[in-house]
Amino acid sequence: MTPEALTGGFTNAATDAAIAFRAALEAMARPGTLHRMAGVTPPAPLSPAAGALLLTLTDTTTPVHLAGAVDCPAVRDWITFHTGAPFAPADQADFAVGGWAALQPLTRFRIGQPDYPDRSTTLIVELPALSTTGATLRGPGIRDTAQLSLPEIAAFRANRALFPLGFDCYFTSGDTLAALPRSTLVEEA
Amino acid sequence: MYVAVKGGERAIDNAHAWLAEERRGDPSVAELTLPQIREQLKLAVNRVMAEGSLYDPDLAALAIKQSRGDLIEAIFLIRAYRTTLPRLGASQPVETAAMAVDRRVSATFKDLPGGQVLGPTFDYTHRLLDFKLAAEGEAPLAPQVPARPEPVPHVTSLLDRDGLIEAAPRDDTPPPDLTREPLELPANRPLRLQAITRGDEGFILSLAYSTQRGYGRTHAFVGELRIGRVPVEMEIPELGFSIEIGEVELTECETVNQFKGSKTEPPQFTRGYGLTFGQTERKAIAMSLVDRALRWQELGEDFTGAPAQDEEFVLSHCDNIQATGFLEHIKLPHYVDFQSELELVRRLRAEAMQMQEAAE
Amino acid sequence: MTERPEDLARKGWMSLLAKAPPARLAALLPDLPETALLRPAEVGSVMVRGRVGGTGAPFNLGEMTVTRCSLRLDCGAVGHAYVQGRDKDHARRAAVVDALMQTPEAARVEAQVLHPLRLEAEARRTTRAAKAAATKVEFFTMVRGGDQ
Repeated sequence: MTPEALTGGFTNAATDAAIAFRAALEAMARPGTLHRMAGVTPPAPLSPAAGALLLTLTDTTTPVHLAGAVDCPAVRDWITFHTGAPFAPADQADFAVGGWAALQPLTRFRIGQPDYPDRSTTLIVELPALSTTGATLRGPGIRDTAQLSLPEIAAFRANRALFPLGFDCYFTSGDTLAALPRSTLVEEA
Repeated sequence: MYVAVKGGERAIDNAHAWLAEERRGDPSVAELTLPQIREQLKLAVNRVMAEGSLYDPDLAALAIKQSRGDLIEAIFLIRAYRTTLPRLGASQPVETAAMAVDRRVSATFKDLPGGQVLGPTFDYTHRLLDFKLAAEGEAPLAPQVPARPEPVPHVTSLLDRDGLIEAAPRDDTPPPDLTREPLELPANRPLRLQAITRGDEGFILSLAYSTQRGYGRTHAFVGELRIGRVPVEMEIPELGFSIEIGEVELTECETVNQFKGSKTEPPQFTRGYGLTFGQTERKAIAMSLVDRALRWQELGEDFTGAPAQDEEFVLSHCDNIQATGFLEHIKLPHYVDFQSELELVRRLRAEAMQMQEAAE
Repeated sequence: MTERPEDLARKGWMSLLAKAPPARLAALLPDLPETALLRPAEVGSVMVRGRVGGTGAPFNLGEMTVTRCSLRLDCGAVGHAYVQGRDKDHARRAAVVDALMQTPEAARVEAQVLHPLRLEAEARRTTRAAKAAATKVEFFTMVRGGDQ
């Protein structure tokens, strides 16, 4: 295992993970809001925010699917050392990480079952930038409307139509985090 | 139904303070230390580790001290503590054939490789209270005889050579874990063994006894009972190989059961298996009998209706923390439920009396 | 996982350290060099597995407490430790020894730390085996009249 795989984790695991978890929780509870997830230094090209999410939310029981550029030995070793998460193909993953194009087609990911809608995949979408502009969001956790620079509209409208099934998304860019649960109604800007 | 009961905070605080005082007992008597419990009440420590499902003798000793000797209460404490530990991984399956045996006996073969090693057993004591133990004495010294290292193979491997005993074919399927996923029936054998090894010794003992008395048709011989230490090995991803991370004391029991054959299987000896943390002989033997009883279906035997054959009965009731949790909860306030019961009984009585008067 | 010959030696000392009494390791290596913690000592559990019938399918027997630690010495050597129990100092010390054994200090550490631990472990094992051997039944075989 490379030396960089062994570094870059939480310095103070208990506190840092709690802070990161709160940010992840807030982002998903208030779609369209941006949050800072700093303090973690994963190997390139994984962003600090995606790294922090993986350290907080994954462990030996949560299969992870890496798509595109993030699927490289350095990132795999880092995830293995810090979380122990096993790697899986897209249709068996609890978490899937990658750029928007690399994660296609989205139909491979689990959307849950009628009696267990939570047995679905959470996507961690790495984006070049993230801002509160673009698509209009409406629904639970949003007062009136919110804006978020989603990579497209169609896929999220299709996902919303599956509710209560569907996948949920985190969006990461550098150390910035946003989230879109399956319950949000998405429209053009 | 639970009702939030307000008030009583002072009563609870005082109850805890009195508990602490009672736990300590007579202050002129020396206080128990954890090393004393760990060393001198080792079999209690073993039971708490086995049923608490956590191998850590010092923690078990602490739990026993804290619970004032109530072992199920101690097991509860250990189970609760376990939930605070991150799961770092799973070990390679332990190699009991390579165990450093303290004790190894077989009821089926007199002469066998490795011999009959009695170990520190109660078996041949006369069960008379030894009043010498009431006073402190000199530390006893066990005799030693130079030991030639020799292999101690499993007895079942001897029977296996002649094809007389059913095989236990090697398999590497990752086992289900009932501490991670809720227990669902039907359960496979690995899941049943996990449930039974952490199950209540008394319950498993009684079920095993019931199979010997005719509730279920097992006639078991102890093929082998061995107690000793095995290393625990685990693969470490950052190293790229597996290492030994420690050593545990285990009790292993293999029972050999007569089997006249069935619609699907030829006449052979069949096996029951018990494996427990620590020196926990009674539990391991009982476990192997219950394991065998629960295998009736895969062996093509008849279901005689015996409790020990009933997977749902055995697995739903063997966990003593689950059992005592639900049992003891009935002493908590159920005032509102009872109020409604009271109303109902009164109304029924009134109706009954009315009908009686009308009839007269 | 494939094993290389140099890994065998490392497995050996890591096993020795994991099973060594913490007080003994602390006495043999009281002073620790400067280290950078890659993963601070962390107490967790490992699920111990047995095999059905001793040889068959694996099953979950129960967990054991384990403490792990990963660190790096100033010279760059990385040491890992996974040790039974909840002793963080023991895990740190074991990781330091693991790291030192990958540096020119290896011979010194082997002589001063590992060798004594190995002898003591062997002595414990031998003594216990001797006590067990004393309880081994020596059957006297009797020749019965009918065999003549």
